[in-house]
Amino acid sequence: MSFPLLTATAALPALGAIATAAVPAARRTAAKWLALLVSVATLALAAIQLVRFEPGGDRYQLTESHAWIKDFGVRYELGVDGIGVALIGLTALLIPFIIAAGWHDADPLETNSSRWRPTQGFFALILAVEAMVVLSFEATDVFLFYILFEAMLIPMYFLIGGFGDRAHAQGDEAAATQRSYAAVKFLLYNLVGGLIMLAAVIGLYVVAGSFSLSEIAAARASGSLHMATNTERLLFLGFFFAFAVKAPLWPLHTWLPNAMGEATAPVAVLITAVVDKVGTFAMLRFCLQLFPEASKWATPVIVVLAVISIIYGALLAVGQRDIKRLVAYASISHFGFIIMGIFAMTSQGQSGATLYMINHGISTAALMLVAGFLISRRGSRLISDYGGVQKVAPVLAGTFLIGGLATLSLPGLAPFVSEFLVLVGTFSRYPVAGVIATLGIVLAALYVLVLYQRTMTGPVKAEVQGMPDLKVRELLVVAPLIALLIFLGVYPKPLTDIVNPAVRQTMSDVQKKDPNPVVEAAK
Amino acid sequence: MSSSAVHSLWTTAAEGKLDKIPAPHIEYAQLAPTLIVVGAAIVGILVEAFVPRRSRYYVQVFLSVVALAAAFAAVVGLAAGGYGTTKAHIAAMGAIAVDGPALFLQGTILLASIVAVFTFAERRLDPVAHGNKVDSFAAQAASVPGSDSEKAAVKAGFTTTEVFPLALFAISGMLVFPSANDLLTLFVALEVFSLPLYLLCALARRKRLMSQEAAVKYFLLGAFSSAFLLFGIALLYGYAGSVSYATIADVVSGSVQNVNPALAGTMGNDALLLIGGAMILMGLLFKVGAVPFHMWTPDVYQGAPTPVTGFMAAATKVAAFGALLRLLYVVLPGMSWDWRPVMWGVAIITMLGGAVVAITQTDIKRLLAYSSIAHAGFILAGVIATNADGISSVLFYLGAYSFVTIGAFAVVTLVRDAGGEATHLSKWAGLGRRSPLVAAVFAVFLLAFAGIPLTSGFSGKFAVFKAAAEGGAGALVVVGVVSSAVAAFFYIRVIVLMFFSEPKADGPTVAVPSPLTMTAIGVGVAVTLVLGVAPQYFLDLAHSAGVFVR
Repeated sequence: MSFPLLTATAALPALGAIATAAVPAARRTAAKWLALLVSVATLALAAIQLVRFEPGGDRYQLTESHAWIKDFGVRYELGVDGIGVALIGLTALLIPFIIAAGWHDADPLETNSSRWRPTQGFFALILAVEAMVVLSFEATDVFLFYILFEAMLIPMYFLIGGFGDRAHAQGDEAAATQRSYAAVKFLLYNLVGGLIMLAAVIGLYVVAGSFSLSEIAAARASGSLHMATNTERLLFLGFFFAFAVKAPLWPLHTWLPNAMGEATAPVAVLITAVVDKVGTFAMLRFCLQLFPEASKWATPVIVVLAVISIIYGALLAVGQRDIKRLVAYASISHFGFIIMGIFAMTSQGQSGATLYMINHGISTAALMLVAGFLISRRGSRLISDYGGVQKVAPVLAGTFLIGGLATLSLPGLAPFVSEFLVLVGTFSRYPVAGVIATLGIVLAALYVLVLYQRTMTGPVKAEVQGMPDLKVRELLVVAPLIALLIFLGVYPKPLTDIVNPAVRQTMSDVQKKDPNPVVEAAK
Repeated sequence: MSSSAVHSLWTTAAEGKLDKIPAPHIEYAQLAPTLIVVGAAIVGILVEAFVPRRSRYYVQVFLSVVALAAAFAAVVGLAAGGYGTTKAHIAAMGAIAVDGPALFLQGTILLASIVAVFTFAERRLDPVAHGNKVDSFAAQAASVPGSDSEKAAVKAGFTTTEVFPLALFAISGMLVFPSANDLLTLFVALEVFSLPLYLLCALARRKRLMSQEAAVKYFLLGAFSSAFLLFGIALLYGYAGSVSYATIADVVSGSVQNVNPALAGTMGNDALLLIGGAMILMGLLFKVGAVPFHMWTPDVYQGAPTPVTGFMAAATKVAAFGALLRLLYVVLPGMSWDWRPVMWGVAIITMLGGAVVAITQTDIKRLLAYSSIAHAGFILAGVIATNADGISSVLFYLGAYSFVTIGAFAVVTLVRDAGGEATHLSKWAGLGRRSPLVAAVFAVFLLAFAGIPLTSGFSGKFAVFKAAAEGGAGALVVVGVVSSAVAAFFYIRVIVLMFFSEPKADGPTVAVPSPLTMTAIGVGVAVTLVLGVAPQYFLDLAHSAGVFVR
């Protein structure tokens, strides 16, 4: 038997989480280093996956399959396609930065040391989330995926509710109330979505008699499995609802600004850049593959919702006074682009959407982490509390600007490629949606540049006076992300090579051909 | 069928001439689990009479645990001997069925009871009174609360060690209940396990008036439901001319006419069947705690001593669902078109009612009571499936649920303030910061109740919902999922309270329990996680046990 690389990539952070949690309370720093080490080792495993993955090969590679719960027809089945392996790469890449950025976020507060802020728990929970997210990108068994999809809510919930901004945590009862409200809202939204999916998962089993993606696909191809139109549509809606909550799609998005606003910046990155990607990924893998006909049936409505997400998210981002909530609404707008790209049912659209998932992860991480550094210096999330930071802390302001420019998809930075592909892909099938969505870019320029102008330029505010610039640790977090944004912006080929074959597969699942004229997706 | 064939253990004496009574043929070995427990209970009474007060506690605990373990070993022996599958048959002249579901449920009840007896025996939680270690039970049940005699009893260090034989009697009834194969045995078993439970409910050491009130409520409503059950039995006898499950089933399916000439006027009268069947169902649904027969649950759960609550919530539910399953699958499958719509309605209002009312609760024991009602609804969804998966999924769910329940109530006994257990939810605020381990364990139980994946609650819920969906009850699954979502809200509220709220200055302390309660909680956590991650072995077991003998 060959080395179970996929299991190892998920098992390593899981074991790391247990080990980190077991580090004695006094050895806080050791726990941090252990967590960082584990996340870097996981990145190495993810890199091996990328190397071992053959873009032109089988649809699912590095597969593993073991009996698990025979009674439920459940197998422990893993396999990655190009989309999965790329997202695993993104996850494994971001976690070390998240850990490094949150290095001091869970330290006990000097003012009130009896407060419960177990440092070990913070890093263990991050690794636990990583393990479950990675495994959910690998799962080719619907039940296994569902279990992870639901179970990852619990560590996320404790991360959001248990660890607020240091600046806000100092005995502030109102902040604690808001934080637990945000955590509960996050959990309830996602749990309801998940439970509706559970009904659909059971329904799928009753109809198909199997949870295995490959078995169901084979049964479909051979004609032995035929879903009645209404059944397929209901099941599709059950699955899609859960993913749309997770992604999040308007009008199911309202948990995200709360969660990202109240969580610490690294946890906010974990939510939007990593965990939410499971939702959009699952749309591609499960909705389109399992229910191709229903997907086509629902496409017009979903594209409309996605366009609303794009414009609504961007408009609300323009109006935000809170930096983190602004990034959250910007993310909602970007998730609109991703979902629109997926359901445009063109190869450029889906390639663009997949690239967008990765690029959005990196660019949001860059912007949000710098914003977190900024907020930790001043102790406020309000835009109006800042001004003239670029004179005091030029490196911080510079990195903030690059992160912001990536968010508004400036050509030359990675998100531009993906946003362009999504728009081209959508335009060729839904011109009106494509045109309206383009407005989202204009609005993005508005909210990013206004944010930069208000916080970084102008006269130096008194409270900002003497603000320290980025420290070495912080620079080490931001610099690689920015380098990656520039690299992928100029040369996206390595990514597109991995992603494109998988997208072609998905397109053939839904039996959609690109409308003429065909433009080969960016090479 | 000849008339002698309808004779059973119960009707032989009533009908035959006195000089011709045949000695009933009893398979003692196959009834061993029940007999061991009954025997131990009787010995327990003798212990109360003859063993010096000082050593009674130790003798009783030892006796109970050994008896329950021996009974469990007997169950395992019977199951290994094939009595659950190939050799399943009806013993004791038609009174008792020895088959897969009976053995599985007896095993579950016995294991849960062992764990529950551990929590009964806990003596480290209450502060030492007058130099004596005390448990959660009244010093002297007969002394009036607040009276001088009570004070004297406390001062003398009396303890109500009768709880152990009482529990054993209750357990013996519970062992018979799911294996009863005629209606009279069913009724006797019901009374045998109910009466000791009424008593146990009244025996709390703290808040004695509340405890006695709970017991009276439980007793009155229980007596009502027993009366309904008994009346239903009488009507069914009128309909079928027999109390034996198999005979009634044959008459229902129309394959037997005129069993008993004396009842020629009423036999086969469908009105008797429908009314009688409904009344028996009522009696059983009362014990299960299904809406609208659930009114007793919150009061009794709140008032009873917490170890008894845990025992009751787990073992009674297992026994009652076992009896319900046997009744519906063995006696009344022929009229499933009649009872299924009714049970649909009951399941739906049970799930929704339990979940919705639980939201407003402010007492942790009442909250768990309503949660148990909601869970009864989920299990009913599996009962309604009327397929093989339905039986096995219900068996699995009961096993998974009982250990979570006992564990959760055991945790409740640990959180205490000056007035005993601090059950008001507001007192649990910030528990996660004071005692992270206890709060984390309770959170695991709550997540299992909520049915979060990787806990036994999810495996069980998935099993019953899958069975229900396959049995054509898709709508029930949707209602179940919706009420799960509602239920998740209040479980999570408790977690929020424990972990994200500021501890109160005068908050409760967490008592350090003896290894007994620790074992109970540890077993609960272990079962919860094992059944959540690797349930296959137990699903197989439930599957192979999922065939009723006719």
